[in-house]
Amino acid sequence: MSFTKEHIARYSRQLILPEIGLPGQQRLQEASVLLIGAGGLGCPAALYLAAAGVGRLGLVDADAVSLSNLHRQVLHATADIGRSKVESAREKLTALNPETEVVAYHARLDAATAKSFLPAYDVVLDGSDNLATRYLVNDACVLLGKPLIYGGAVQWRGQLMVIRPGQSACFRCVFPEPPQPGEIPDCQAAGILGATAGVIGTLMAQEALKLLLGTGQPLENQLLTYDALAGAFRRVPVRRDPDCAVCGVHPSIHALVSIDLMSCSHKEA
Amino acid sequence: MAITVRIPTPLQRLTNSQSEVPCEGKTVAELLGDLEKRYPGIKERICDADGKLRRFVNVFVNEEDIRFLQGDQTAVKDGDDVSIIPAIAGGA
Repeated sequence: MSFTKEHIARYSRQLILPEIGLPGQQRLQEASVLLIGAGGLGCPAALYLAAAGVGRLGLVDADAVSLSNLHRQVLHATADIGRSKVESAREKLTALNPETEVVAYHARLDAATAKSFLPAYDVVLDGSDNLATRYLVNDACVLLGKPLIYGGAVQWRGQLMVIRPGQSACFRCVFPEPPQPGEIPDCQAAGILGATAGVIGTLMAQEALKLLLGTGQPLENQLLTYDALAGAFRRVPVRRDPDCAVCGVHPSIHALVSIDLMSCSHKEA
Repeated sequence: MAITVRIPTPLQRLTNSQSEVPCEGKTVAELLGDLEKRYPGIKERICDADGKLRRFVNVFVNEEDIRFLQGDQTAVKDGDDVSIIPAIAGGA
């Protein structure tokens, strides 16, 4: 594409970064990111990706906006209650940057929709709200060779990890199997502060931009943990597991299967 | 001197809200046993009924995943730093 005066003005403050410049901006314009979940992580991530000029964003979410979402899901407004989250998000993102194409998938991610949606995107951001989806997204990205950015946030803390299939540890290398129903004590919501999700969602966008631009060190083979109450980030090294069921030497997972877990599996260990 | 065990937030209600607790033991298994003595009920959140680490929880000794060391037989000594890190599912 050729850059108009408006493009130059819109992106001027990032165009002057040596890591971006016109070639980097062009890469972003030609790039695509699929966001699983238009919620606490997906909203801030999508905002920054659209603002930065990523050419195409896909949003996958089957839910409607509810009042209790608004304290953290910053793309949705009070008037959006009852609307599809992906439609609400598409409207705000398009208003922010009409140059970004936003594809709204009002659907739940399962084995079939994963296979259908993922191939058309360069990078996948997993901001889903349950472990079953997280393992599904991980397996889909490994099987399709798509870079994945995993982010999780609950209460006052979060986690982040970049997964480049075949090159770095995948979610299953670090957390081999989802908990079985019954391993999780109860279904009471754990709670989350909006700003905590905002920190992690923003870091997910940051890592996606780095991958798309081919700049910096991806946050791979390490798990970043954030403790908002302590004001502390930590990085613990993780590594590929040769016995990993999906990316190991002799994988046992060769095709996607939807895992049926209790929907409230966000209540962790 | 003892071994510092970092407790993830969801388990801190079992440790009187402490994010780090001192424990003793020569291996991770002993350490988790000592942790259970001090804070009854915590071990079942980390290990299954057979005493094996739950598959969505990781234990790191000095920032190395014990699955790549000697599992729960990994040796620990005074001054070591042990972290318990479960997967976070939430996000939407």
